Amino acid sequence: MESAPQKALVLIVARELAANLATPMFLIDAAGDLVFYNEAAEQILGKSFAELGAISALTWGEMLNLTTPDGQPVRRRDTPAGIAFWHQRPAHATLRATAFDGSVHEVEATAYPLFAKAGEMHGVVSIFWETSGS
Amino acid sequence: MNVRVWGCRGSVAAPGPETMRYGGNTSCVEVRTSDGASLVLDAGTGMRPLGTALATEGVREVHVLLSHLHLDHLQGLGFFRPLFDPDVHVHIWGPPSPVQSLADRIALYLSPPLFPVRLSDIPATLTFHDAPETEIAIGSARVLAAAVTHQGPTVGYRITDGGGSLCYLPDHEPSLGVRLADLDSDWISGFSLAHRVDLLLHDAQYGDGEYPDHVGWGHSCIEHVVEFARKADVGRLVLFHHDPYHDDDHLDELRTAAAVRLGRGDDAVQLAYEGMHVTLGRDRAP
Repeated sequence: MESAPQKALVLIVARELAANLATPMFLIDAAGDLVFYNEAAEQILGKSFAELGAISALTWGEMLNLTTPDGQPVRRRDTPAGIAFWHQRPAHATLRATAFDGSVHEVEATAYPLFAKAGEMHGVVSIFWETSGS
Repeated sequence: MNVRVWGCRGSVAAPGPETMRYGGNTSCVEVRTSDGASLVLDAGTGMRPLGTALATEGVREVHVLLSHLHLDHLQGLGFFRPLFDPDVHVHIWGPPSPVQSLADRIALYLSPPLFPVRLSDIPATLTFHDAPETEIAIGSARVLAAAVTHQGPTVGYRITDGGGSLCYLPDHEPSLGVRLADLDSDWISGFSLAHRVDLLLHDAQYGDGEYPDHVGWGHSCIEHVVEFARKADVGRLVLFHHDPYHDDDHLDELRTAAAVRLGRGDDAVQLAYEGMHVTLGRDRAP
């Protein structure tokens, strides 16, 4: 009997943190897929994780329709999560996100890569701090 | 393969008349593969009598698989007789750290003022390895390690040999901050190691009523270990890492509670005890 597949421990522990955190938090795995977001993030997205489930890397970048505060589109790789994933360093930006219900949220977004050992990245944590909503 | 428990107490050795049935020595489990290779899971105080047995037998190569470096899993190493035989080769496997080698971390204990002998003065040949996160062969056994939820770098082990399988998770808190019953199995710490093994040795330090005062201490209560075993669909569950404040009668009560919770009959859950011997796989008598 072979052992079963399993997420990396750093992702498991990050999910435990997210699940208990009142701050919106998104968790991206080493393939770039959005594998978890918490209840606080559900309020920004307008849909629960239970509804959407894990979301492929191709899909989730477009989900929030991220722009700069003055409305200029932001490419996924230029968002804090994109920078943390592609360049493997922390990043921060002020962004606007549009939820599934059309509501717009201005957020401070911070993202950082998760390393278990030097050079071995298991994913990215992205935290949103809502500054205003409309 | 043959599995023998030499120590199953958690946190600190707890000898005395109230712990006679299950024993007071801390974590140490011997695994003898079907081709005779000698593996030792953890180096708690149970390692001292095991070392005497291996020295008497004349074993020349031993693989010590450390789950982590808390003292109750390491203290027996300095009293392991094969270490003091220059003809013995001891391989020590343990969780990797991004800042210090395994040898350097162990040397914090095996050096003055905590211990009179320095690691560098040990007569046996020592080789240190990071715990294998991809499966490796030791003798006829395949060994796999994975990081698990505890305090500090900690791994569990899965050993398969001759058609039998064992999972060793002596210090493990997979329920920290989550409800195991609600999680997909690939999000559960330790799941890949334990999935459908014949025998699971798992942390069961606390009764359910004690756990709320020990959240985040790195250990499991009965409810959690039973749910973990159910999710992982293990053959036999052995409760391990007994709390030093739990006497034998109290451990019996915890086992009964676990068996009732698991609901697979009274034999499906056992308490680890010193001298416990289990044969797994093709070595098992018909």
